[in-house]
Amino acid sequence: MRVTVIAIESLTKRYPKVTALDRLTVGITPGVTGLVGANGAGKSTLIKILLGLSPATEGGATVLGLDVAREGSAIRERVGYMPEHDCLPPDVSATEFVVHMARMSGLPTTSARERTADTLRHVGLYEERYRPMGGYSTGMKQRVKLAQALVHDPQLVLLDEPTNGLDPVGRDEMLALIRRVHTDFGISVLVTSHLLGELERTCDHVVVVDGGKLLRASSTADFTKSTPSLAVEVTDTDTHPDGTEALRSALVAAGLSAQAPGAAGAPGAGHLLMVDATDESAYDTIRDTVTELGLGLVRMEQRRHHISEVFNSEPGAVGTAPAVGPQAAPGVASSGAHPAPADALADRQLQPQKGGSGDVA
Amino acid sequence: MSPEPHAHSPATASASASATAEAPVPAAGQRGENVIHNIGYRDYDGPRLGRSYARTSLFEQSLRGAYGLGRSAKSKVLPMILFAVMCVPAAIVVAVTVFTDAKQMPIDYSAYVIQMQPVIGIYIAAMAPQAVSLDLRFRVVSLYFSRPIERGDYVAAKYAALSAAIFIFTGASVVILYVGAMLAKLDFGDETKGFALGLVSCLVFSVLHAGIGLAAAAATPRRGFGVAAIIALLTIPYMLISALQAIVASQNNYSAIGWLGLGSPGSLVDGLQSKLLDGRNAFPMGHELTSAQVSVYVALIAVLITGTYALLLRRYRKAGL
Repeated sequence: MRVTVIAIESLTKRYPKVTALDRLTVGITPGVTGLVGANGAGKSTLIKILLGLSPATEGGATVLGLDVAREGSAIRERVGYMPEHDCLPPDVSATEFVVHMARMSGLPTTSARERTADTLRHVGLYEERYRPMGGYSTGMKQRVKLAQALVHDPQLVLLDEPTNGLDPVGRDEMLALIRRVHTDFGISVLVTSHLLGELERTCDHVVVVDGGKLLRASSTADFTKSTPSLAVEVTDTDTHPDGTEALRSALVAAGLSAQAPGAAGAPGAGHLLMVDATDESAYDTIRDTVTELGLGLVRMEQRRHHISEVFNSEPGAVGTAPAVGPQAAPGVASSGAHPAPADALADRQLQPQKGGSGDVA
Repeated sequence: MSPEPHAHSPATASASASATAEAPVPAAGQRGENVIHNIGYRDYDGPRLGRSYARTSLFEQSLRGAYGLGRSAKSKVLPMILFAVMCVPAAIVVAVTVFTDAKQMPIDYSAYVIQMQPVIGIYIAAMAPQAVSLDLRFRVVSLYFSRPIERGDYVAAKYAALSAAIFIFTGASVVILYVGAMLAKLDFGDETKGFALGLVSCLVFSVLHAGIGLAAAAATPRRGFGVAAIIALLTIPYMLISALQAIVASQNNYSAIGWLGLGSPGSLVDGLQSKLLDGRNAFPMGHELTSAQVSVYVALIAVLITGTYALLLRRYRKAGL
């Protein structure tokens, strides 16, 4: 497998009235990569360009080493695409439809039938595959859409909002399936979503775009910093009417950094204390301190930093939202209006991602 | 029986009667799951036949779809009934010819197709939207365009498929007539020539009507509108032209009959086949076209075919994704 699955070089796409992509430069390595952005951030435009269906205004990109401007047909033979919207005719059965789509990708009829049966089983469609698709639930339709993208055994699949319209259980199943597409099937995945929490669980790498610009590109582990943070909740007692505050001062005295969480408004946030657990002894210190104070320990749990903190400062404000997260570089704060720092950031952020690809490939 | 004790032995060794009663159920389930998962994902390293194969596949699928094959049972009803309606009169003509020992068929090969235009019109009105509107409405086109084919391939495959479907639809009855003529032991040379020219006339008819039908159907993702538009396009001008031709014929203005024939797709094909393909047209008084008129007929048919094709290409310029 190649080191870089998708290489995007200062890609710009301008429509008469809007700039959908603005000098986007990013490299995507094998594995599951999440493409995150609010609606209108340029995700779908990027996918169209990557499939060779829409010419770029400036810059270029290669997919699997093939140029999107000149070798679109060859790219589309090796790449699977699952659109965001409905795309299934209602009066055809899933089997008929997926066989047809496999043939449209160039598979001979016998292979198309075999692969259809295999793929539908892998995505979890059994007896219902012989029924017309008009009667399918949203979850089943999403599975068929995924199956048609995988049926020709592509090297890369582009999944556009695959969890759209699914209930929480269906969402989890779809995410697990996407994970398996890479781990079990050996197919690289580029999956778009506007829900960061989803991609956090599924992806090896996350690329965040906003207003057609790159905000961040790095591995999920970098995003969700591994230094564990402990959430501690205690009860109040007669001796300590404000148990949380008492514990905080006691812990600070014991040499630990403890503060009330920034996320106000969350249920029980007033009673929560975030403690940086630098090493194992922190757990013991907290336990002993709580016992000494005679407080009741309601809970103590590990918290990871969430990717969504990237957007925390101004969620949804397209084009103006600077990235301020726990990991954000200082230069990013002003990047919204000035492209230059954003590019610098892009180049810098690319390095860890490329370096991190070794274990995946 | 030998596997049975083996399967049960761990359960009986470990637990009570209730556990053994439950044991076969999870065991069976697990065995079933194992069968499914142990196959695992298999890579495909066979041939990938590329763009021209994909185009052929789309043609084949669309052609089958035009007769409801590969679609739900409901989709098969209309094309099959219409196909029967198209063929039964031909069979009756054959029966009459054979049993009356006629020296000639009561109807020409080409004339039969022109006479059956209303049936063909309904077929086209039902099938052209089937071929393109469904793809647009349910946005299947975006899946097609995410595969090796290009926009032109899609249009070419759909156009060829509908032309072929109409050709089969019209040609079948011509074949029945020809077989009947052979059974009735009519003159072999004459009949074969008439049959061949009849097929050519069917071909022109099919390509022209497929273009008109598809261009109208692709304009809207709503199937109902497509059906109505095609019926209107195929029948209203034809009826209007026939009426006008009858009027000018009653005024003995014969050259106007020919010029009026340019006004509808049905009369276009009729006029063409009457002059170039050795047939007789259904125009009033059996009026023959002048050679100037024939060249205009040919030119107009060519313009219509290329024009509708170009319209389709334009229609799909932005339809991808």
